Amino acid sequence: MSGNDAVVEGAIRAGVECYFGYPITPQNEIIAGMAARLPGLGRAFLQSESELAAISMVHGAAAAGKRAMTTSSSPGISLMQEGISYIAGTRLPVVIVNVQRGGPGLGNIAAAQGDYFQATRGGGNGDYHVIVLAPDCAQEMLDLTFQAFDLADQYRTPVMILSDGRIGQTMEPVELRDPPAKKRVEKPWALTGAKGRPGHYLCSLLLPVPELAEHNRLLQKTYREIERREPRGEAYQTADAGVVFIGYGTCARIAREATDILRDEGLKAGMFRPITLWPFPNKKLVAALPKAKALVVAEMSTGQLLQDVRLATSDKLPIEFVGYTGGEAPTVKELVAIGRKLLQKPRNGNGRKK
Amino acid sequence: MIATEKKVFARTPVLTPKMTHYCPGCGHGIVHRLVAEAIEHYGLRERMVCVAPVGCSVLAYKYIDVDMSEAAHGRAPAVATGIKRARPELFVMTYQGDGDLAAIGTAEIVHAANRGENISVIFVNNAVYGMTGGQMAPTTLLGQKTKTSPAGRAEKLEGPPIKVSEMLSTLDGPSYIARVTVNKPANIRKAKQAILTAFGRQLDGKGFSLVEVLSPCPTYWRLPPQKAAEAVENWMMKTFPLGVYKDKEAADGKRAEG
Ligand SMILES: Cc1ncc(C[n+]2csc(CCOP(=O)(O)OP(=O)(O)O)c2C)c(N)n1
Ligand code: SF4
Repeated sequence: MSGNDAVVEGAIRAGVECYFGYPITPQNEIIAGMAARLPGLGRAFLQSESELAAISMVHGAAAAGKRAMTTSSSPGISLMQEGISYIAGTRLPVVIVNVQRGGPGLGNIAAAQGDYFQATRGGGNGDYHVIVLAPDCAQEMLDLTFQAFDLADQYRTPVMILSDGRIGQTMEPVELRDPPAKKRVEKPWALTGAKGRPGHYLCSLLLPVPELAEHNRLLQKTYREIERREPRGEAYQTADAGVVFIGYGTCARIAREATDILRDEGLKAGMFRPITLWPFPNKKLVAALPKAKALVVAEMSTGQLLQDVRLATSDKLPIEFVGYTGGEAPTVKELVAIGRKLLQKPRNGNGRKK
Repeated sequence: MIATEKKVFARTPVLTPKMTHYCPGCGHGIVHRLVAEAIEHYGLRERMVCVAPVGCSVLAYKYIDVDMSEAAHGRAPAVATGIKRARPELFVMTYQGDGDLAAIGTAEIVHAANRGENISVIFVNNAVYGMTGGQMAPTTLLGQKTKTSPAGRAEKLEGPPIKVSEMLSTLDGPSYIARVTVNKPANIRKAKQAILTAFGRQLDGKGFSLVEVLSPCPTYWRLPPQKAAEAVENWMMKTFPLGVYKDKEAADGKRAEG
């Protein structure tokens, strides 16, 4: 099945109760899948009038204590930033999937990774973060959707799955497993009708300065806890690697293939992919570089992931950067060539023509 | 006279005992009271959610003791839709100003109305943006001076005021749409009736209902409270006639008397 279909499966198995969305390529399989499946399960599906409305509907359903999600692609996610900021400020658990396409503006419908900064730096107004998960295959579109709902509930925060058009559309085998049985987090704060209690008010509005300052301190405390507990990444063949490729999503797949080819040639290449883009797995990345002499950062954007890699490694290692946009992507061949160049020692001291 | 009024408008326990922050003569406080009384009338306090807007009534949660959600400016009907779809057993209402509902939130209100979303909307039309300091609203009257129409609203430049009740009643979705006002006791009683009817529609599962309340804003109309109340009648109602604009339950949707 496609990665997009896997999101539908994952969300239904994770117990999504309300889905709201607005059509946009390359994620239309998700909204169509939800429309086909949810009503029959007695769960809410509604095509909204815009992404502004979709995220606000998700806001309402999450405030009512239900597992709610929306999905879109880059231009639609831009419209959702208003709602995401409110949801983060109100501390509501929601899941958002961004199947990224080419930008800026209307761009095109090819796979891209240009929304990395928007996703990892907050995106809307104010000081907040959303947890950002980066699947690199259809199976992970399913598995990370499970995790997204659990993380959202656990930390009362929006969680974004940052995918791209290629992972969303590529057909791959997926094991249709169920999420590990877990106790659902209770939501005593939810709006359920003020039965036998004073009314709850769920808001981001806190006019008195000390109250908003205190609220922000609480948000920051949660973010520090997430940074301590939740960074995820995968290190592949890195223990003895002199060159480590770094990429997420589609680029991680390309980097993994390049690593295998170089290994077959007896060259010590490795690959590291962040699975959480926020919190960025700084320590895991550094731990994966015991022998690294150089890094190769590959992304379908122009230096966004690169910035986090430089921060994580304190600029201690030389970095070759490979960035493409508009639907173009690094190729395996290209990464292999860079890996060879960096790993093949000149035979005599003076360097040697290839 | 005063004794009678006190009896008719005795404070409902749905209202908190707090003093409101509204200016003297502002309509919001009266509308809050009518909404709270309607909540009490139907026994809704423990099975409802109200969505508060961005506008002067952003602090409504302090005064009406029910479960409340915030919404981004204009998005209250979408947030209410999310709540209603998530928990259809709850009574769900929004409370919105004219900037909120008829400018930035036009798409959300039109589509909630058109879906016949089973929610109730209290729409407070005061012909001005109160919270941000008296700028032009989509409902600002022709010739009305505001901070952003200092020479008076001109049809050629800014278009005529939007008549929300009339516009939404062209849709097939809504069940009930009425325009009322709270400028004097007789009209306040009619306003309450309209709110009761609107809430009743949702409780009967009939779908979308909206009550537009013409509400004085003495502060930005630059009038003393009494004059502002009179201006609703002499000035505002000329552009915004009172009446029932949509009533799917009544055979011909006939317009009630202003
Ligand atoms: C996105 C956004 N834009 C602008 C504002 C500023 N703002 C707050 S309230 C308001 C208008 C309120 O007017 P209205 O809805 O008529 O309510 P009133 O205050 O008159 O009761 C505006 C423009 C905002 N909060 N958010
Ligand atoms: S500014 Fe106008 S609408 Fe706002 S509280 Fe004062 S009188 Fe009411």
